[in-house]
Amino acid sequence: MEILVCVKRVPDTAENEIEVAGDGSDIERDDLVYSVNEWDNYAVEEAIQIVDKVGGSVTVVSVGDEEAEEVVRREMAMGANNGILLADDAFEGSDGKGTAALLKAAVDKGSYDLILTGAQADDGAGQVGGMLAAMLDVPYASVVNSIETLDDKKLKVGREIEGGNQEMNEIDLPCVLSIQTGINEPRYVGIRGIRKVASVEIPVWGAADLGLTADAVGAAGARVKRLDYFVPELGEGAEILEGSMEEVADKLIELLKAKGGFK
Amino acid sequence: MAGQVFAYIRHKAGKADDSAAELAVAAGKIFADASPTAIVTGAGSELDAVCSEVAAAYPQIWKFDHESLAYPNAEAIRKLLLNVLPPDAVVLIPHDTFGMDLGPGLSIKLDSAFLSDVVDFVGLDGDTLKVVRQEYSGQVSTHSSCDISAGAVINIRPGVFQVQEPGAAGGQVVDKSADVGDLTVGRRFLEVVEAEVGDVDITKEDVLVSVGRGIEEEDNIEIATELAEAMGAVVSCSRPIVDAKWLEKSRQVGTSGQTVKPKVYLALGISGSFQHLGGLKGNPYIVAVNKNPKAPIFQVADVGVVADLLEFVPVLTEKIQESN
Repeated sequence: MEILVCVKRVPDTAENEIEVAGDGSDIERDDLVYSVNEWDNYAVEEAIQIVDKVGGSVTVVSVGDEEAEEVVRREMAMGANNGILLADDAFEGSDGKGTAALLKAAVDKGSYDLILTGAQADDGAGQVGGMLAAMLDVPYASVVNSIETLDDKKLKVGREIEGGNQEMNEIDLPCVLSIQTGINEPRYVGIRGIRKVASVEIPVWGAADLGLTADAVGAAGARVKRLDYFVPELGEGAEILEGSMEEVADKLIELLKAKGGFK
Repeated sequence: MAGQVFAYIRHKAGKADDSAAELAVAAGKIFADASPTAIVTGAGSELDAVCSEVAAAYPQIWKFDHESLAYPNAEAIRKLLLNVLPPDAVVLIPHDTFGMDLGPGLSIKLDSAFLSDVVDFVGLDGDTLKVVRQEYSGQVSTHSSCDISAGAVINIRPGVFQVQEPGAAGGQVVDKSADVGDLTVGRRFLEVVEAEVGDVDITKEDVLVSVGRGIEEEDNIEIATELAEAMGAVVSCSRPIVDAKWLEKSRQVGTSGQTVKPKVYLALGISGSFQHLGGLKGNPYIVAVNKNPKAPIFQVADVGVVADLLEFVPVLTEKIQESN
């Protein structure tokens, strides 16, 4: 099975506190630690496991600037066979639809049976996979937490739905699936793995390579525009307990007693 | 001028989901004079109960009764909507696991703009709609603008557009089942596998000690277990802990886990994503312990401790043990 996995380089929210920059035009980017979007990492692991079972190859693609190359390389160190970087100044300011259009153009240059994305990324929209599927006119399933290969024409996929339940579907190939965290246990990438792919050539495709004109992508083609970042005025918010650790613990115990926090 | 407003109604066993009335409120925030149409799809007589229920909030209801719609398969419903909606429609959908399935692809097929997980509307200026969204798991908010002249698909976060009073729209139900059209799809629903029942039922507990990513390592779960034991409480968790397989799925609080209604909820190292908070009902007394003072959990907590839980919780546990 030929599998394409779409990955994004994002600020790692486990490692950073995200703050709004002074004028609200962006988040504070100095000293941010970046990594591959967590959902995408599960998607790459899933693709590798499928190929281990049924054969084929895994290609990782990312839309981003030159720095996104590091996450493509990292996922290749995990075991993806090929990497592609979609980078061009004209891509700047793309909305979800613009990003999906770039990925569609990349898909059209290859031949894939299965395309995976993460269920969502840093902007929490969860939109690119579903848009890409509709553009390609292939079936789609979101928040997928299990994949079973039935034959070379179809898969059985589980979707994580409300209440911890799982919705089972049969889906025709080719298709697009957005992958939920927890579907597998992504393998550890060691320094040795990174070294092995350090000098692998990763092709960079721009607008011209993808057959796209500049007005169709990036800010020029976007109907949705992010205007600013801000931190909302808090409602009442929590009463923050101050003092030494012991003092805070004593205060908290009194509050918990009053609220029935002990049996 | 943007087109007519439609809302997709989720329902189960003859009852409309809470999002049904919330989408009508959202419609009113976009257009002051909104006259939204509810779209109710499914199969069988339970649809009529849903239609009468939503008639309170919607002036018009379009009912689609068809055996292919018995289970809400987003692929089939997208086809249905393409068959019946005007191309410049403004379509409101709840941003849940169904809405995530339907919204993005529908917007492409309608050639409409798509707005995901909207938490508020600022206003409409001509054809430019200004909305509020959140990024980075709710750590920051953004204003986004969207040109809705050619229509829009807008996924609305469940639970944020509060319904103030029962409506009196007196909606008329129109049976449009004859317009369903071809619903052949490449993805076929098989079954729903119910969540496994675990060794504890966190939905019935009065006091929960809940751990999140801030616990850092599997061995540290014991810190929470000891506190829970001292308090006579039970340990629950947020999604990353289940993803890491450190606790079983039956202990997960959130929209993709259990809905709990304790009296007291201790959130230890939990940032407070809306998916997590969506599983927390009944207005519990929330205590948040987090080393990030900007964690969204502090916005909803009653009392907060800005500290590393790995340092603070053992101190708390010891003091409780002493007083016991």
